[in-house]
Amino acid sequence: MKAITANRLTDGRVIYRTAEGQWSSRLDEAEHLDGDAAEARLAQAEAEFGIAVGPYLIDIEDERPGGQKWRREAIRLTGPTTGSTHEPA
Amino acid sequence: MYKYDAYDHALVRERIEEFRDQVARRLDGRLTEDQFKPLRLMNGVYLQLHAYMLRVAIPYGTLNGPQLRTLAHIARRYDRGYGHFTTRTNIQFNWPALVDVPDILDHLAKVEMHAIQTSGNCIRNVTADPFAGAAADEIEDSRPWAEIIRQWSTFHPEFTFLPRKFKIAVNGARDDRAGIRVHDIGLQIVKNEAGETGFEVWVGGGQGRTPRLAQKIRDFLEPRDLLSYLTAILRVYNQHGRRDNLYKARIKILVEALGAEEFGRQTEEEWAQIREGELELPAAEIARIRAFFDRPSVSKAQPVPVSGKPGFAGWLRRNRRAHQVEGLSSVVISLKPVGGTPGDITDDQLDIVADLAERYGFDEARATPDQNLVLPHVRNEDLETVWDALVAAGLATANAGLATDIVSCPGLDYCSLANARSIPIAQAISNLVEAEGLAEPVGDVTIKIDGCINACGHHHVAHIGVLGVDKRGEEFYQITLGGAFGNDASIGGIVGKGLAGEDVPGAIVRVLKTYLEIRDENERFIDTLRRVGADAFKESIYVAA
Repeated sequence: MKAITANRLTDGRVIYRTAEGQWSSRLDEAEHLDGDAAEARLAQAEAEFGIAVGPYLIDIEDERPGGQKWRREAIRLTGPTTGSTHEPA
Repeated sequence: MYKYDAYDHALVRERIEEFRDQVARRLDGRLTEDQFKPLRLMNGVYLQLHAYMLRVAIPYGTLNGPQLRTLAHIARRYDRGYGHFTTRTNIQFNWPALVDVPDILDHLAKVEMHAIQTSGNCIRNVTADPFAGAAADEIEDSRPWAEIIRQWSTFHPEFTFLPRKFKIAVNGARDDRAGIRVHDIGLQIVKNEAGETGFEVWVGGGQGRTPRLAQKIRDFLEPRDLLSYLTAILRVYNQHGRRDNLYKARIKILVEALGAEEFGRQTEEEWAQIREGELELPAAEIARIRAFFDRPSVSKAQPVPVSGKPGFAGWLRRNRRAHQVEGLSSVVISLKPVGGTPGDITDDQLDIVADLAERYGFDEARATPDQNLVLPHVRNEDLETVWDALVAAGLATANAGLATDIVSCPGLDYCSLANARSIPIAQAISNLVEAEGLAEPVGDVTIKIDGCINACGHHHVAHIGVLGVDKRGEEFYQITLGGAFGNDASIGGIVGKGLAGEDVPGAIVRVLKTYLEIRDENERFIDTLRRVGADAFKESIYVAA
């Protein structure tokens, strides 16, 4: 399955596209898509202005980021793995 | 330290207002991201994995108290309470909101700072020896020359859209602490037979995908000709540099293709056309800029303390450097606590460094290519007081130049270009080296880590380099041995196949232990490595992997 992610225009934070066409900071609120539907939704997101920067598709496996870029997307989802004071709020 | 004149202030102010308008137009939809991206990059604003990142220029790494306090304020109010010093002696903030960036730039402008030319295919922030104006081995202070280059290169209309980014370093000491052989142009201050100072000119160095050491194209350039000669080099590069291939666009590729001799010949040919013109530096202007960089003096020189509290002597031994003025010392403030994030500093720590710089350091601090800070001028009688304050602030790690003083790029924890994490690897190596008690016995060694081949963490020129790569979604790390940054600059060689991340710290520790077993008396790590060759360490890397 796929989901659409992007960065929020105003502050750059990671966001995911919901089934209602809104954007959420929670992956578990993202719409899960497949095949042509994913490409169509992405084209729709790319055409919109105002909230998201650079939307793209990511792989989802077992409700988590999957595929070859799974680690990158997992870090985007949960923040840096460097510990101490540098965890995102 | 240089002080802005009315022209500098106006230049920076105008740029902020221009960018404020560009941000507003982006937010209300008048600019698309494709239109806005080159504009934000020209103002140091990147979009990384989690947020925007603002890279603030620190010209030749020099900071004063008010500037450090402003950085602390930005970290506290607009970020998450910390900043990150880079190998190019800049500072990056990892979490600013785009809507806040114009206000952040306003704060910076009030203390004569900006983020101009910290990105893009232009002449980037000029770097210099972090001990300039202080080092005991100095031929001449490199900062006035770096400042002259900064003024000349800022918004230079001819060199704003070069084939690729362009980095210039100036070193004025016998020891090269600016890395002139790994810059697009490296300038080494030298004296000629008549005792006059001038520049050796090196071109075509760089790291990244195709690491190359710079080659010398001129043995002695008279100071008055500095800007005309730099202009000639950049014109040759601008005309012939590869704009058709991103990976072949740096000057190092052109110098290699033409050969240094031919590149130098073309530079001299161009220079002959312009050297007597408006770019010739008047002696009065050189003197005016030099006057901003006065050498501190002490009325009654005191010796370096020989006794003190536990830990103080060790800190002096590792982190103190000899000063050219009797009675003064330079000290390294390590931003490498064991297990910490290399180069990170909190808002409160920035405030404390500001206090120390103002009260005990002639109002100066420096950022270093090793991601540490320096107080360049501290009276010897104040060293223990400074150390006490650093201990209380968690900034007194006595490890400058040791195996726990690891350089690391932000890697996949922050950077959108990275393929693998680098900071956690640095943390794990640091923790294991400390647990094994190896740092002091091993002594001087450089370990540098990158999360991609762009090599912001300088792994190519580390005695022990670590390069993260991605193989079908898994992180692997190549180990390089034999690189060096300074007078004996060299590019490290890959030892063998990549290791899994969890195997890297053990492999590094075994390399260090092998060195302890085979070194000659008083032989540094890099000298042992060069004597016996990298193969002597290969088994120790792979034995348990």
